[in-house]
Amino acid sequence: MLKIENLHAKVEGNDILKGLNIEVKPGEVHAIMGPNGAGKSTLASVVAGNENYEVTDGKISLDGEDLEDLSPDERAHKGIFLSFQYPVEIPGVTVTNFIKTAINAKRKSQGLEDMPAAEMLKKIREKAALLEIDKTFLSRSLNEGFSGGEKKRNEIFQMAMLEPKLAILDETDSGLDIDALRIVANGVNKLKSKDNAVVVITHYQRLLDYIVPDFVHVLADGKIVKSGGKELALELEAKGYDWLK
Amino acid sequence: MSKYTEDDLREELKTKEYEYGFYTYLDAETFPKGLNEDVIRAISLKKEEPEWMTEWRLDAFRKWEAMAEPEWANVHYEKPDFQNISYYSAPKKADPNKSLDDVDPELLEMYKKLGISVDEQKKLQNIAVDIVVDSVSVATTFKKTLNEKGIIFCPISEAIKEHPELVKKYMGSVVPKTDNFYAALNSAVFTDGSFCYIPKGVTCPMELSTYFRINESGTGQFERTLVIADEGSFVSYLEGCTAPSRDENQLHAAVVELIALDDAEIKYSTVQNWFPGDAKGKGGVYNFVTKRGLCEKNSKISWTQVETGSAVTWKYPSCILKGDNSVGEFYSIAVTNNYQQADTGTKMIHLGNNTKSTIISKGISAGHSHNSYRGLVKVNAKAENARNFSQCDSLLMGDLCGAHTFPYIEVKNKSAQIEHEATTSKIGEDQLFYCNQRGIDTEKAIALIVNGFSKDVLNKLPMEFAVEAQKLLEISLEGSVG
Repeated sequence: MLKIENLHAKVEGNDILKGLNIEVKPGEVHAIMGPNGAGKSTLASVVAGNENYEVTDGKISLDGEDLEDLSPDERAHKGIFLSFQYPVEIPGVTVTNFIKTAINAKRKSQGLEDMPAAEMLKKIREKAALLEIDKTFLSRSLNEGFSGGEKKRNEIFQMAMLEPKLAILDETDSGLDIDALRIVANGVNKLKSKDNAVVVITHYQRLLDYIVPDFVHVLADGKIVKSGGKELALELEAKGYDWLK
Repeated sequence: MSKYTEDDLREELKTKEYEYGFYTYLDAETFPKGLNEDVIRAISLKKEEPEWMTEWRLDAFRKWEAMAEPEWANVHYEKPDFQNISYYSAPKKADPNKSLDDVDPELLEMYKKLGISVDEQKKLQNIAVDIVVDSVSVATTFKKTLNEKGIIFCPISEAIKEHPELVKKYMGSVVPKTDNFYAALNSAVFTDGSFCYIPKGVTCPMELSTYFRINESGTGQFERTLVIADEGSFVSYLEGCTAPSRDENQLHAAVVELIALDDAEIKYSTVQNWFPGDAKGKGGVYNFVTKRGLCEKNSKISWTQVETGSAVTWKYPSCILKGDNSVGEFYSIAVTNNYQQADTGTKMIHLGNNTKSTIISKGISAGHSHNSYRGLVKVNAKAENARNFSQCDSLLMGDLCGAHTFPYIEVKNKSAQIEHEATTSKIGEDQLFYCNQRGIDTEKAIALIVNGFSKDVLNKLPMEFAVEAQKLLEISLEGSVG
């Protein structure tokens, strides 16, 4: 599904990714771990198409299609979803209105009419229940005054609504207490299927107790330095990252 | 990576430019350019006005001649040459008293383009409309329905003849002839506008609306609106404006006076979309307007405005809270793009006891434009327990535009409570990327963010208008961020 080959990228003149390779197949869960500054969030931004990052070499493709010439919104229409580490506030735009706009934008790109209101409402209710989100939350301004946990839960709610092919969760566990972590992880697990894939970017083993990865990769200094199964995460938790350098 | 650039947007914009920029070929009678006492007498004669009205105009003109154009506003423009404007232009076949069948078909075609429904059979919208093209009112709808309730809704030129007692009593009572330079000019040369009287205890059953259109070149529009809500009555009034796209700067100097007697309420909404000039700042309407309302006991006046048009706007819809317990409100969205300049805000003058005012102003600046909020909250020494809440928010797009806030507060009574909040924000790249990542393109993202920012004010507009205003915001800001 997602194939990244020899990816080099820089931001503000600094080389961050230096020849990264990874392949994610449908139905798989991959975890990317690594020390601060290794390039984990850069990888997420580059795949999503953030224009502040310059791809200097290599290739990213989704289902065999090169993403290079696609804008971030076009990539989203193809099914890429990024759960942001720091979701932004949009005052005056409610959670409901925002997700409605996003869903209808995607439908438009597929040549579909707007989703009928009743269907939209049903879907919103269903997904809100999955993430234990109550009604009042849906009419609040997007991320404005949200706690860290509410922001992350809202990200996963949007993911549930948009049903992406590939979801990248960037440090979704940061700022979550254990209950919120359980709810978010539970949501992600329920959304998993044989046709979609999840890439979890995290510092800690903790989240991986709930979202169990098929593969774990260690990213250090812009490259994948080690890959393995879920037991690699435990080893990293015990030993830290230094032994890999 | 392909990026939806400013150039792409600009290309797209070319096809979607100012939608109302067309000119309609109407057979018109237009006065020669220039202004003197003879021109004023001629206007008055043309309108078959009584002697007192002619004298009123001449008095205003003499006072205007001694006045200087104000320079304190934060706007820069080439001063109009008042001798190079024609002060009267009328489509020849217009006569509001005739049936629609007699109306110039070109005129009807124009209404259609403007999206105005004059067909009384189409009662769907439940809005009574008065249409003013250049200097005269050309059509007023629903007159009969309104008459049954005793409501008078007619061109002001007709009111001067038919209801002189009301006009004499109230015209100039809120905005005196000498109030300011443009108000004095308007008092001398105003040619038409709407008049509205709601009798005691009557709730007007439909929205009243005036549609203003400048059509001829080389003319100015000087309309005058007078709304009187008698004791215990209620009226909601809408006003919309457009003009053809032209290289020249056309002058629009209007006066609007509202009178809310005891326990009455007036809700006055404006969507101002005069031609803003082209992307380089050429042409556009100079919009110099004086709007003011007087509140008697327990009454309420609420101004809501969405200002997206005009090259230069100078406008401060205000409330004089004379009666005890009266309430004044001002809700404003002002959008400036390209080289537009706006200096707009309000004055809330607290004279009575327990008077309350609310000001919510949302300024959105893009391109090379400048957008200023200027507001005065004044509490008189004898006004006990006055309350004011003001909130002024500015949203900037790009880094070539400016947002300015000039709040003035004069309080002479210790029991007053005044609150002022102000914020300035920018549409951030991170906000746009976030929206893009969810599949929302940049243009739609800007519209979403701007609508969110403006929501508190959009919510105050009557339903039909809110939708129109929302669309207008989107169109006005197209091409403003790369």
